[in-house]
Amino acid sequence: MEMAIFVDTVLVAKEASPVVTRNKRRMRRFSIVPLLQAGPLAAILCVFLLLPMCVLVVVSFFDYDSVQIIPAFEFTNYTEVLGSAVTWRTYLNTFRYTLIVWAVTAVLGFTVAYVLAFEIRSRTAQMVLFLVCTVPFLTSNIIRMISWIPFLGREGLLNSALLKLGLIHQPLEFLLFSDFAVVLAYTHLYALFMVTPIFNTMMRIDRRLLEAALDGGAGWWRTLTTVVIPLSKSGIAIGSIFVVTMVMGDFVTVRLMSGGQSASVGLMISSQISSLQYPAACANAVVLLAIVLMMISAILRIVDIRKEL
Amino acid sequence: MGARLRRFMLLGVLGLFILFLYGPTLTILVLSFQGPDGGLTFPMNGFSVHWFARLFQAQAVGDFGGSLIRSFSLATMVMVSTVVVSLAAGMAFRRRFWGSGPLFTLTVASLIIPSILVSLGVGLLFNELGLDPDWYSSAFGAQLTWTLPFGLLIMFAVFNRFNRAWEEAARDQGATPWQSFWHVVLPIIAPSVIGIALFGFTLSYDEFARTLLTAGSDNTLPLEIFGMTTSVTTPVLYALGTLTTVFSFVVILCSLVIVRLLAARRAI
Repeated sequence: MEMAIFVDTVLVAKEASPVVTRNKRRMRRFSIVPLLQAGPLAAILCVFLLLPMCVLVVVSFFDYDSVQIIPAFEFTNYTEVLGSAVTWRTYLNTFRYTLIVWAVTAVLGFTVAYVLAFEIRSRTAQMVLFLVCTVPFLTSNIIRMISWIPFLGREGLLNSALLKLGLIHQPLEFLLFSDFAVVLAYTHLYALFMVTPIFNTMMRIDRRLLEAALDGGAGWWRTLTTVVIPLSKSGIAIGSIFVVTMVMGDFVTVRLMSGGQSASVGLMISSQISSLQYPAACANAVVLLAIVLMMISAILRIVDIRKEL
Repeated sequence: MGARLRRFMLLGVLGLFILFLYGPTLTILVLSFQGPDGGLTFPMNGFSVHWFARLFQAQAVGDFGGSLIRSFSLATMVMVSTVVVSLAAGMAFRRRFWGSGPLFTLTVASLIIPSILVSLGVGLLFNELGLDPDWYSSAFGAQLTWTLPFGLLIMFAVFNRFNRAWEEAARDQGATPWQSFWHVVLPIIAPSVIGIALFGFTLSYDEFARTLLTAGSDNTLPLEIFGMTTSVTTPVLYALGTLTTVFSFVVILCSLVIVRLLAARRAI
């Protein structure tokens, strides 16, 4: 008891003003307020996230036939998912997309964030340009995908321009409904998720560090690689988490942009859903979730993002 | 000399990036004004508002009017809930409380769990409970799992920069916690609250994956548009794209104006 009072006193003594102390003390004893404040968030996430994920796991052990799902506890869905060569090829393809899109968006996002943070000097111009880069994120993804069709199609803008210039003699077929189109659309949709966190981190870099590096005789490239990139790491990590999870779980982009010619895990799950094979889809979903979580913990192990929060 | 060239190139990258972001959208904006005989690609075959008019004829596209109303109502519901819930939770997270660690983990998990899994999970949950999924119940909840984490993260950013002295001053003057929140805290963070509202509205209005398996029998607008991509092969698709994009821009512009007005009022 005395110990508790002692600890309390020490903690309280750390506070600067005596008025605050009294309030803090009251707050500590009366701690139901934050519970009420955070309650709705907790309730919504429990009902619409935690519970559904539990249902996913439970149903993944169920049995099913062509008309219904049958409660059971068996590993058939998992052995079927993990034992099928199609699954492995699909995962490999999804990893390939993820890796390519991650690399492209990381380089592009870093460059754009760098220009915004360090090359644009006027504060107003900086904010306006940042806003210009952010606005498309707030418009419909599906419309943004569709809008590539008149650009990339057989008779699209790009092909007719290249034909007119005499650079090609037949329209390029690989532009639309191909892996190229998928990666392009991903980059178009998700580059922003890299730009924003990296820009945020860069804005917090003390400019004097850059001046010090330059004064110390480091060139631009050396300053970039030894000062800017290491200090932007947490932003890059947050952007990577966004891009990796979104590409790993996507099915709309692959379906629209590959014209049904490429596979992804998300697409596999969604086609299992449309053929009402819910338990199989759930097993697939659980595997996907496990892999995504592992990828994220790998990223978090490399980079500590806590100071960003 | 090298420095100048590098600056030029870097600014060029930014310019190209912005072109890359907006170019395709501008293309369909132009193409949506195709003449009645025009196709999905250039050249323009005349210039008309034919396809916009088609949009409002019931038969041309599925249930455009109904899905628009549903999407708008849903987005408004999501916006209001996101603002209230993440504002309250943001206040709570200013200090540790019982369960704050797990709740934070759950919120972050909500952000990184692929949308289709949430969609599938919520759909199955309703199914198991014997409830009919609907846009205002299951889809509403599924979308909140996407907008709430964004709202909370914005609140974190706000309160990290928040000067507690204002609030303490209010309390010293005898303000109740509610008064200090309403008259001091809220006016200071108002622009960010508008930001959360904007995010909540637009993320919901454009959400596809989380609504797909949770919307029940009535489509929201993105679901309707997705259905059209496989069945409609006329510029009416572009007309719809242009309209929704213009609508999004109007919403964004309105919130920017409100933020500016709030900032101006504070400056006085």
